[in-house]
Amino acid sequence: MSYEATFKVWRGNADGGAFQDYTVAVNEGEVVLDIIHRIQATQAGDLAVRWNCKAGKCGSCSAEVNGRPRLMCMTRMSTFTEQETVTVNPIRTFPIIKDLVTDVSYNYEKAAQIQAFTPPADVKPGEFRMQQVDVERSQEFRKCIECYLCQNVCHVIRDHEENKPKFAGPRFLMRIAELEMHPYDTADRRKLAQEDFGLGFCNITKCCTEVCPENIHITDNALIPMKERVVDTKYDPLGFLWRKFKSPDSKRSRG
Amino acid sequence: MTSQSTTGREVRPRPRVQITQRTLRRDTWWVQPLVTFVVLLGFVVYSTWAAFVNKDYFYEPYLSPFYSPCLGSTCPESVRWAGVVLPAFITPAVVILIVPLGFRLTCYYYRKAYYRSFWQSPPGCAVTEPHTKYSGERRFPLILQNIHRYFFYLGLLLNIVLTYDAVIAFRDRHGNWGHVGLGTLVLLVNAALLWLYSVSCHACRHAVGGRLNHFSKHPVRYWFWTQVSKLNARHGQIAWFSLVWVALSDLFVRLTATGTIPYIQFF
Amino acid sequence: MSEIERHAYDVVVIGAGGSGLRAAIEAHEQGARTAIVCKSLLGKAHTVMAEGGIAAAMGNVWEQDNWQVHFRDTMRGGKMLNHWRMAQLHAQEAPDRVYELEAWGALFDRTKEGKISQRDFGGHRYARLAHVGDRTGLEMIRTLQQRAVSLGIDVFMECTVTQLLKDGDRIAGAFGYWRESGRFVCFEAPAVVLATGGIGKTFQITSNSWEYTGDGHALALRAGATLINMEFVQFHPTGMVWPPSVRGILITESVRGEGGVLRNSENKRFMFDYISEYFKQETADSEDEADRWYGDHVNNRRPPELLPRDEVARAINSEVKAGRSSPHGGVFLDVATRRSAEDIQRRLPSMYHQFKELADVDITKEPMEVAPTCHYVMGGVEVDPDTAQSIVPGLYAAGEVAGGMHGSNRLGGNSLSDLLVFGKRAGEYAAQYATGLDARPAIADADLDGAGRHALAPFESDSGENPYTVHQDLQKTMQSLCGIIRKEEELRQAIDVLQEYKQRVPHTSVEGNRQYNPGWHLALDLYNMLLVSECLARAALERTESRGGHTREDFPQADPVWGTKNIVCRAEGDGVAIAAQPLPEMPDELKKLFEEPAE
Ligand SMILES: Cc1cc2nc3c(=O)[nH]c(=O)nc-3n(C[C@H](O)[C@H](O)[C@H](O)COP(=O)(O)OP(=O)(O)OC[C@H]3O[C@@H](n4cnc5c(N)ncnc54)[C@H](O)[C@@H]3O)c2cc1C
Ligand code: SF4
Ligand code: SF4
Ligand code: FES
Ligand code: FES
Repeated sequence: MSYEATFKVWRGNADGGAFQDYTVAVNEGEVVLDIIHRIQATQAGDLAVRWNCKAGKCGSCSAEVNGRPRLMCMTRMSTFTEQETVTVNPIRTFPIIKDLVTDVSYNYEKAAQIQAFTPPADVKPGEFRMQQVDVERSQEFRKCIECYLCQNVCHVIRDHEENKPKFAGPRFLMRIAELEMHPYDTADRRKLAQEDFGLGFCNITKCCTEVCPENIHITDNALIPMKERVVDTKYDPLGFLWRKFKSPDSKRSRG
Repeated sequence: MTSQSTTGREVRPRPRVQITQRTLRRDTWWVQPLVTFVVLLGFVVYSTWAAFVNKDYFYEPYLSPFYSPCLGSTCPESVRWAGVVLPAFITPAVVILIVPLGFRLTCYYYRKAYYRSFWQSPPGCAVTEPHTKYSGERRFPLILQNIHRYFFYLGLLLNIVLTYDAVIAFRDRHGNWGHVGLGTLVLLVNAALLWLYSVSCHACRHAVGGRLNHFSKHPVRYWFWTQVSKLNARHGQIAWFSLVWVALSDLFVRLTATGTIPYIQFF
Repeated sequence: MSEIERHAYDVVVIGAGGSGLRAAIEAHEQGARTAIVCKSLLGKAHTVMAEGGIAAAMGNVWEQDNWQVHFRDTMRGGKMLNHWRMAQLHAQEAPDRVYELEAWGALFDRTKEGKISQRDFGGHRYARLAHVGDRTGLEMIRTLQQRAVSLGIDVFMECTVTQLLKDGDRIAGAFGYWRESGRFVCFEAPAVVLATGGIGKTFQITSNSWEYTGDGHALALRAGATLINMEFVQFHPTGMVWPPSVRGILITESVRGEGGVLRNSENKRFMFDYISEYFKQETADSEDEADRWYGDHVNNRRPPELLPRDEVARAINSEVKAGRSSPHGGVFLDVATRRSAEDIQRRLPSMYHQFKELADVDITKEPMEVAPTCHYVMGGVEVDPDTAQSIVPGLYAAGEVAGGMHGSNRLGGNSLSDLLVFGKRAGEYAAQYATGLDARPAIADADLDGAGRHALAPFESDSGENPYTVHQDLQKTMQSLCGIIRKEEELRQAIDVLQEYKQRVPHTSVEGNRQYNPGWHLALDLYNMLLVSECLARAALERTESRGGHTREDFPQADPVWGTKNIVCRAEGDGVAIAAQPLPEMPDELKKLFEEPAE
């Protein structure tokens, strides 16, 4: 059940590059990453590619296959016909290093800017009491394997490089939502989400959700609820007054 | 020593991969925005026309949802709302439609739909958009999207009125209860879809429980939140169904009023 | 080599898995200037793949559980070859390390009382593994990573260390290259913590990634440290077998913890035929009792599917050899008929996903096909239990690269807890050592030159062998001659063949330049794989018995004399010398724990 497939793989670095054609064997059950590895082992020893787990768990092998942002290790060859040329290029939103490897430091910089989980000072390790329902929402976001495919596909920065300093991208806005919804987090992250991390750039067009290999409902469960929370504090004077009147608005008392 | 970023790498500006094609996608990614465009445009054209003709929107006991509540002096007496009188040159529909229009325009789902299909921002995932600048929903006018929840509350009021209309349609042309006509069903389904649309709204999801952080301390609100969340997952579909149905309801009343289709009565 | 990039720290941690991150956090909190160096991007280390959970006797589910029971399970799982002190510290400190993660933001699954939930795993008497669905490792690495980043610890990612540098007999730093540019970098540091993980890439069928080339093991050996227990390699009983491209990818033990059972082609739950004397007392002998156990651990004995991994892996191997295998040469792991589809999807989401996506198998409807896969190395750097220091002053090791803790076989879930307990200790003592020194050790220029020359050697010739080919051959050698079942002739043959590789490895040549060149990287990693392979083969030949992760066809029984000895490896010339060394004596109060009846 083996056949010869045609691959177009982008090769090059910051100085330029182009798609190169490879004819390579494909066996039953293989994924795109297997084929890239076969090219590497037999035809192009210096072909640069990131990978670790080969099971969709580490988020290293992100690339664009036939123009779609994908994990190469989770893209089965059986989704293509034997005649089809398979195009593989590095993700386009981040600077190129070499071949299929890009410089994803943007993401690490954004991650570092987010205030860490901030529990109340009087709760000691071992004293946290949360029900499953209290943690489930944030647990969904913590499934994130940091493949950065959502960051790559988000048009806010994919099509507008100049927005990068002001926009943290879906992955990190989701991280803020995750902390914001944590029952024990005491920081109020709503204004920061809007002002420093650029939640307002997001126009909820859901490409991040479409490409997420972990099937996290980024837009519906993180970004939109976060937008609603921002409205609570910034754009809803009536609601704000009403809640002020009911209970002083500290985060813990927000329940 | 070279300067370090958090990754330990040197900081220097670097280019992205140079690929000139707008997208390398080979699937039919453009079909969906196109369909959205056509349907939405169709609705806009129809509803604008319907809102301005200012006639044929009532056929006892059916009132078109576009013209309810009927606030104008031109309204037929049996459905006219006392107290509020609009000048004759403004049709009731033009005023009322502000609420559903505002509600749907600021709806998170429709925003996605029209940003993609009308504004092409983006036209499809991993397809370059045609604009050179982009500031999202941070500035006027798009920052106004944030008032969605006010429209949500107004929408609830409107739902009550339209539910009332559906109930009224259980009376026959002479005001006797127990009547069920095709129009009764049409208006009933209309009201039901509009309720579903409102209840599945993100603002609703947030209000019933989404804003809480410690669900287990609020079991009742948590229960409501889970129910709303289930509907919310289908909000997009509900949005389409209810949109099309409202237009069909208006069309139905119109066709009945003009005698194009006969009056059908079951009981 | 004067223009080489240099960085000075008190403590340099090599590795950004659970142990490396935990060590760095601790060193930083002790006030040491700390850096982390890792081969992959931050957050991608092997720890991210761990699925099942973290073993810690918190007693949240079974209040009968405590550190003594955990200690006893660990020692028995390791067939008493563990360093008792490590096992003791591990069992005592694991709960606090888990609580700490929670305080840093980890969100574990919960019990009804709102505490951290714990699940069953092979070899653990009580449900003991703190978990998050089947992605516990991801939760752990993300929590530690976020903690380290928020503390502002410097991280050098995609930077590979190829050599440790010394000043006299003490550690002075580390030398490596940036993967991205191929340029060299030197870390000046009086204390280095090795947290580089394992050696699985020396085998053909493995659950391990490209990073597991035994770098830390080899770096330590070359720096004069000793390795212990290198003959013990854990073959996880349940790796995927079909399709070929996913062969070896792990299926978490939680599948069995959640009720999954093993069947052969005759549809028989064969594990009942493989209950050894050693575990007879505590293992169910009927399907009824085994099934009752899931609901009531106190009055029933555990199902044989949850015996320690070495036992289960051997059993599967025997079934396959006896011709009762599944279509692609494994056995069936069935959870579909045992639990509802809903439960399976909720409790084992990533397994469901993995099979659906990679093998077109719906595990809520069909059984999985499984066979053993190389998973973990029990052997590693010999360290002092309390301080995690090797025999080389300034060189510390924690996590999978350290040896002793797990004896001849590791229990599931004991690795993640090991990373935390000994990661913390390594960081703490490394910081104390480094900040307590009067004078910083110096690095000799000649050493840097030598390290640089060695690293560039693969570019010298263009007529040598392809490193990928050499690697594949080495993997085949190890798989067929030093695999799950071993015997004298094959081990001797392996040692001979490895001598040939000593000629092949230095004569590989690579295409292209130094920029992000995986071929070059592999060519350098080959040295490390070769060295650890030799340790493994020599130690395996020496140990003429079967115990834990070491099974000799020619010596199928455990030998009580060997039960008192560890094998220690040290570098000698371009090879490895081994010696047997008596086990440290366990204090009487701990010995007593083993006198009580098992139930
Ligand atoms: C699929 C799978 C599932 C598992 N499930 C469980 C489980 O449920 N419970 C459990 O307890 N254990 C489990 N384990 C075992 C456990 O995950 C590992 O043993 C553990 O994560 C090892 O952690 P570590 O910190 O020692 O090293 P790793 O997490 O592997 O990190 C090694 C680090 O060292 C770096 N490194 C290596 N060499 C160099 C070099 N030369 N220069 C610079 N950096 C280097 C790497 O880049 C990496 O950052 C599992 C293992 C696998 C493979
Ligand atoms: S939904 Fe928002 S964050 Fe996600 S891709 Fe679209 S614009 Fe970006
Ligand atoms: S949210 Fe999804 S797409 Fe984005 S980085 Fe995480 S796993 Fe990848
Ligand atoms: S290699 Fe880990 S996600 Fe693909
Ligand atoms: S109505 Fe669509 S989100 Fe509110």
